[in-house]
Amino acid sequence: MSPSALWLAVLGAGAGCYLLKLAGLAVPPRVLDHPVVERVADLIPVALLAALVVVQTFAVGRHLEIDARAAGLAVAALAIALRAPFLAVVVLAAATAALIRAF
Amino acid sequence: MTRAATSERAAILRDSLGVGLATGAYGVSFGAVAVAAGLSVAQTCALSLVMFTGASQFALVGVLASGGAPLSGALTALLLGTRNTLYGLRLAPLLRWRGWRRVAAAQVVIDESTAMSVSRTSTETARVGFLATGSSVFVLWNLATLLGALAGNALGDPRTYGLDAAVGAAFLALLWPRLADRRNQVVAVAAAAVALGVVPVVPAGVPVLAAAGVALLAGVLSRRPDPTEYPEPPR
Repeated sequence: MSPSALWLAVLGAGAGCYLLKLAGLAVPPRVLDHPVVERVADLIPVALLAALVVVQTFAVGRHLEIDARAAGLAVAALAIALRAPFLAVVVLAAATAALIRAF
Repeated sequence: MTRAATSERAAILRDSLGVGLATGAYGVSFGAVAVAAGLSVAQTCALSLVMFTGASQFALVGVLASGGAPLSGALTALLLGTRNTLYGLRLAPLLRWRGWRRVAAAQVVIDESTAMSVSRTSTETARVGFLATGSSVFVLWNLATLLGALAGNALGDPRTYGLDAAVGAAFLALLWPRLADRRNQVVAVAAAAVALGVVPVVPAGVPVLAAAGVALLAGVLSRRPDPTEYPEPPR
């Protein structure tokens, strides 16, 4: 990846995310206040985060694979269920995958 | 100001700083994961300064880490950023800022500042909660990002430390609080299935975007009246 394409993505998406925040504060409510818009906007994080979880864990390029990442995710799920804080969840998942790869 | 108002203000400030510390701390993991995904330290810090919304930032670097194109990463980040628009809609009549104050406040419309202000009953207390949380998260998140990026750079091969597994865990932790609702569970499973199903046939990064179609479909087809979900104040 060229550095300029990365910079463009970083700054372009960054500016876009800022404008999305500003739109909420500045646009008259009736423009966006529609049940379908609201439902879709509520469901988008659910769908995208679920997709990101499985793709990050099981995809290698265009293949699916079960490897150390899956074990990391299982440990993360357990930690979340036990109400561990975010940072602990992430560190435990990383440590699990690292340990499996080391042996 | 009355004594009761002063102590309420102090309580809001204390809670807000607590949220700032807890959220800032996981900025370390973002910094480390971002440089592992191939961003420079400067690009990583620019993301936290300009984009400043955790899920979108993790999504952009997650897509890049799995070999996706920068454009796919940017689109995923933007889609996740749309929920901040809904927060803003709800916050606008409560915070009642105009002009440059509104332009500046917009940057810190995020999960945490919304959670700490949306339930207040007066503009005064809502502004205190919003500003105290937004600014403490902003400062600490950016400092932690820099620390994490520098540490991640020093580590070498990220796979040795399981940093690739950390990304999936981060998304699961962000998703989990949204899974209390039955319909959300169905959407999550369907989205995961769609994403995995298209992995072999589309370029990296696109499966996640395809999953957004599930949200669109479910949102259009669902008839249930559905008040917008606002984040709970973090533990």
